[in-house]
Amino acid sequence: MSEIEEPAGPRRVIGTPSPAPVAVDTAEKPAEPPLVTDPPDKAHASRAERLVAALFVLAFLAGCGFIAAYIGLEVGEGNIPPGANAVDAAFRSNLALGLALAVVLLALGTGSMIWVRHLTPNIEIEEERHELKSAPKDRAAFKAEFADGAAISQVTKRPLLRRTLLLATAPLALAPLVLLRDLGPLPGTSLRYTVWRKGLRAVTLGALNPLRPGDFQPGSMITMIPEGFQDNPDALAKAGVILIKFEPGQLNFPDRYNGSTLIASMNWTIDNSLVAYSKICTHVGCPVALYEQTTHHILCPCHQSTFDATNGAWVIFGPAARPLPQLPLMVDSNGFLAAASDFPQPVGPSFWERG
Amino acid sequence: MSSIIARRRHPAAGYAAVAGGLVAVGVLYSMLSGGGASADAPAQATTQVAQGKSLFVQSCSSCHGLDAQGTSQAPSLIGAGAAAVYFQMSTGRMPAKELGAENERKPTDFTEQQIYAIADYIASLGGGPPIPSDEQVSTEGANTALGEELFSTNCAQCHGFAGAGGALTYGKNAPSLNASTPKQIYTAMLTGPEAMPVFGDGTVTPQEKRDIIAFIEDTKAEPNPGGLSLARTGTVTEGLLAWLGGLGFLILIAMWLTARRRDHAISERGEAEHASAEGLVVEKTEAEHTEHSS
Amino acid sequence: MSDEAVKIPKALDGLGGWFDDRFHGARGVRVLMRKVFPDHWTFMLGEIALWSFVILLLTGTYLALFFVPSAQEVVYHGSYAKLDGISMSQAYASTLNISFDIRGGLLIRQIHHWAADMFMVAIFAHMLRVFFTGAYRKPREVNWLIGITLLLLGMLEGLFGYSLPDDQLSGAGLRIFEGVLQGIPIVGTYLAFFLFGGEFPGTAIIPRMYIIHVFLIPGLILALITAHLFIMFWQKHTQMPAYGNTERNVVGQPFWPYFLLKGQAWFFFIFGALAALSTFAQINPVWLYGPYTPLAISSASQPDWYMGILEGALRIMPSWEINFLGHTLTLSVLIPFAVPLGIIFTGAALWPFFEQWATGDRSEHHVNDRPRNAPARTGTGVAAICFYGILWAEGANDVLADNFDVPLYTITWIARIAVFVVPIGAYFVTKRICLGLQRHDTSMITHGLEIGIIKQLPDGGFVEEERPLTPEELGKIDSKKVPLALPAPGEPDANGVPAPASRGVMGWARGVANRAFTETVAPDGHGDGHPDGHEAIEGPEHAAVGAGEPGESGEHADEEH
Repeated sequence: MSEIEEPAGPRRVIGTPSPAPVAVDTAEKPAEPPLVTDPPDKAHASRAERLVAALFVLAFLAGCGFIAAYIGLEVGEGNIPPGANAVDAAFRSNLALGLALAVVLLALGTGSMIWVRHLTPNIEIEEERHELKSAPKDRAAFKAEFADGAAISQVTKRPLLRRTLLLATAPLALAPLVLLRDLGPLPGTSLRYTVWRKGLRAVTLGALNPLRPGDFQPGSMITMIPEGFQDNPDALAKAGVILIKFEPGQLNFPDRYNGSTLIASMNWTIDNSLVAYSKICTHVGCPVALYEQTTHHILCPCHQSTFDATNGAWVIFGPAARPLPQLPLMVDSNGFLAAASDFPQPVGPSFWERG
Repeated sequence: MSSIIARRRHPAAGYAAVAGGLVAVGVLYSMLSGGGASADAPAQATTQVAQGKSLFVQSCSSCHGLDAQGTSQAPSLIGAGAAAVYFQMSTGRMPAKELGAENERKPTDFTEQQIYAIADYIASLGGGPPIPSDEQVSTEGANTALGEELFSTNCAQCHGFAGAGGALTYGKNAPSLNASTPKQIYTAMLTGPEAMPVFGDGTVTPQEKRDIIAFIEDTKAEPNPGGLSLARTGTVTEGLLAWLGGLGFLILIAMWLTARRRDHAISERGEAEHASAEGLVVEKTEAEHTEHSS
Repeated sequence: MSDEAVKIPKALDGLGGWFDDRFHGARGVRVLMRKVFPDHWTFMLGEIALWSFVILLLTGTYLALFFVPSAQEVVYHGSYAKLDGISMSQAYASTLNISFDIRGGLLIRQIHHWAADMFMVAIFAHMLRVFFTGAYRKPREVNWLIGITLLLLGMLEGLFGYSLPDDQLSGAGLRIFEGVLQGIPIVGTYLAFFLFGGEFPGTAIIPRMYIIHVFLIPGLILALITAHLFIMFWQKHTQMPAYGNTERNVVGQPFWPYFLLKGQAWFFFIFGALAALSTFAQINPVWLYGPYTPLAISSASQPDWYMGILEGALRIMPSWEINFLGHTLTLSVLIPFAVPLGIIFTGAALWPFFEQWATGDRSEHHVNDRPRNAPARTGTGVAAICFYGILWAEGANDVLADNFDVPLYTITWIARIAVFVVPIGAYFVTKRICLGLQRHDTSMITHGLEIGIIKQLPDGGFVEEERPLTPEELGKIDSKKVPLALPAPGEPDANGVPAPASRGVMGWARGVANRAFTETVAPDGHGDGHPDGHEAIEGPEHAAVGAGEPGESGEHADEEH
């Protein structure tokens, strides 16, 4: 165990370098047999050396192969022959480059492994662990010097100094948080509304076709979006709806209220058989569109919240706590499906201010 | 025969016997099981109705009723249409194997011509969507980009982003599309079999259906440039491979790297570190024996 | 044993001298050269994480040369013809570009993603090793806490990393992330709007995730890894119980040249394994997922494996929401978000201190425990693994349902019950297994090992010859330290005052915990695992099997052989 020797005399003043430690366990020991540097079995070592060398040569060849594959195998439409498949080209290049790289690395690894296990002597040494805890003398000296310095700085003796320093730095510490305010707008009421308005037509997502009620067959389901908003992902992320058409009599649910607000009604369907629900799951917002025709269940693939489409999208399994909001539907003057108003309640995941 | 008996004690005799047994069973099975449907070109329409009726009575009426009016076991097929018959029968789902959660794809015993005959008969009972022609399902000039949008919004939530299939409720699942032909995909969209919703021509136009089919066919045909696809299921299989393949391999290497070496450990000056195990045991065992035996 | 001293080349000698003139390094670097690194394969797991991180830095830098962290919409006209004409973000388009238009791009992308997965796998494996061997005990508690922080940072880093390409799968994950944030009481909507720069998806999240992913978190991880390694260097690595290994030494091979050579081999194998995975196993095929749109989703949507526990927690939860006074507290979201990971992270962070409190053991430990010798700890660890694993498996419930033909809701119901029952059962079963193994060890110590030679005795009985354990074997097997039993709660001192540590509810709790930790098989082999069980039976050594002395056999009837 090495100890820091204290010189005799008065305690050191801060700033004086400490004397070098005296006892070091890396000191040379006198008159001993020479250090072992070779493995015990020469013939075995020679064989091992040849094997390792062969592996390193393999690694070299594979490395050259890597460079050759890079140069020789082109990718990208502009570089491959016309008519060739870019995905095929990427596959070939990835396979060649990857295989070459893997061989280089694994050959280097295997070679290094055999090297260290068969070409070195199996020397084991012992290192001493030092007491991690400092000697009481050192601890005492530390404490004394620390207290000295604190006393010299006057910070312990002058509370006015201390307190005004804290006061001065407090706003500075808050400043970074304050600067983060403009990261984004305040939520305000934006989560309560979507872009749907009375008379705004619904069009199919992708093809952007407006639809008439007669276009639907019993058992159909289709995703629709508000007309004109197909390039607005922020709007789509709340406004997407799924329309489901039932056989007569299948769709049947009572009026539902949230407080005094009507939130689901058969009056908002078309012919009591075509209904529109929000496609945004009320759990954490995944698109919920897994509609099973036979069970009339709408299943969200993210966490398996399940909604009964014949019953106002009532939750029947899973973590969602509220049914999918219903979009009131109407038929506009040209006979196309449109919203009769915005959703009567906020769509998507719950939030604190939702009510 | 005697040469076989003479070799019965050969080291490979056991393996040969098992291999021979497997081959024999395989040959027997393939001889006895029925062949699959052959792709005959469909014959002319109306003359098939009678043939279709007799086939129907033979194979389908026990569940669907003699006039396809339905029974407690199976729904009425009046108005179901030719396309539905084509889908159900060409994928082998019908005749149903058992009344379970849902019917799965299996090899069909009917030829294409027979299926068209039965389809014609059912269509004659009450109309319904017809079987599309080859031109109607052709993907020439299809807009694969639109197909991608439509597939990802209306199909992927059940069938998976690459058509590998997915779970539904109560033991059902949306099947993989890997074995589906364009005509089967078209008729499935048109008729909404079992749990699948209907994507009629009113909501998804015939051209859009072709776009979707083009996307599916492209995806199926596409190679996997990054290596094995791991079933195109996503991160679950990737994670399994990282733990079992990646960590498993590396643990084996680590065990190799740190395994005890055959040459015993020595100090730097060449002295043996520990007394040889064998030497100690030989000495001690004799003494211990007298103590331990009673 | 020849040993020609190697002659150091003049140039190297000169260079070394030049540095030493300026840095006084000879003694210090010599200490480093002779530093001992004990050998055990389980000690190499942390290095997998280390080298995976280095590979992540290298491959990540390459990717950053080509990736465009922008949500700006472009119409794709690149090499991947199936998506030609589709509108997508530049982030997604540049990822397709890397995959299909840059030689080696796909390979580097895949190595980057596989390395990220392996980084997390290695952290978990390493953490479990440290836990089960008790290597987190004094003086290594700070390193343990640093490790847990690295685990958390790694999860966040991976989450943001795989969300950068803005594909359908990771975009759905971001949507879930936003929905969870939104549900946090009082501040949730503000957090969500500030992070995303407004409503979801917005255009700010991709560049923000980018700077967090390539700069902030890697910087933190690098700093913490440096601290982690420095502490390990300073305190010296622990070692497994073995002959010659004590609390005051470290036995093994010196850093120069052994550890360097072994480290070299290990680095190449890790990199090679990642390269092989990236050649033969496709990962994160974003072109198949398609660009992110807010109204599309796929079945089998799971995040990368290390986020699976959160996914499973969200799936396992039944619906629960509290509405009051115009506010909504959505427990369906908040409980899965905070509770399982909260239990695991808080439990893990507090464990070293909890164990100190329960066992009263405040001494330094440099020799590891064999897991069987710490049954309470091992049992708790296995229970934690079961808890984590059930939630992780539930995160893949639709994949399990589809592939194993089990109904979807059934899997969720099984998980809902198992997540409570299985960890508790696992604790008890594991503990009993540990105690059984301990008994086996003590019987080996007292009886020795059977060597397979059967001898017949003159009186007709058969005995299998045994040999005592060698010092090497004893060094490993006879390494158990029995934790001290604390004074029973309520035990008063001479003046009738109960010990302060055993007063009140905390004292009672401490007593319960202490009894769990001290339940062990006594070193002389006469315990049966219960702290206040049968008294030790004195008597002659165990009778040989089949010998004709019924008296002795009867006396030892309740001892384990």
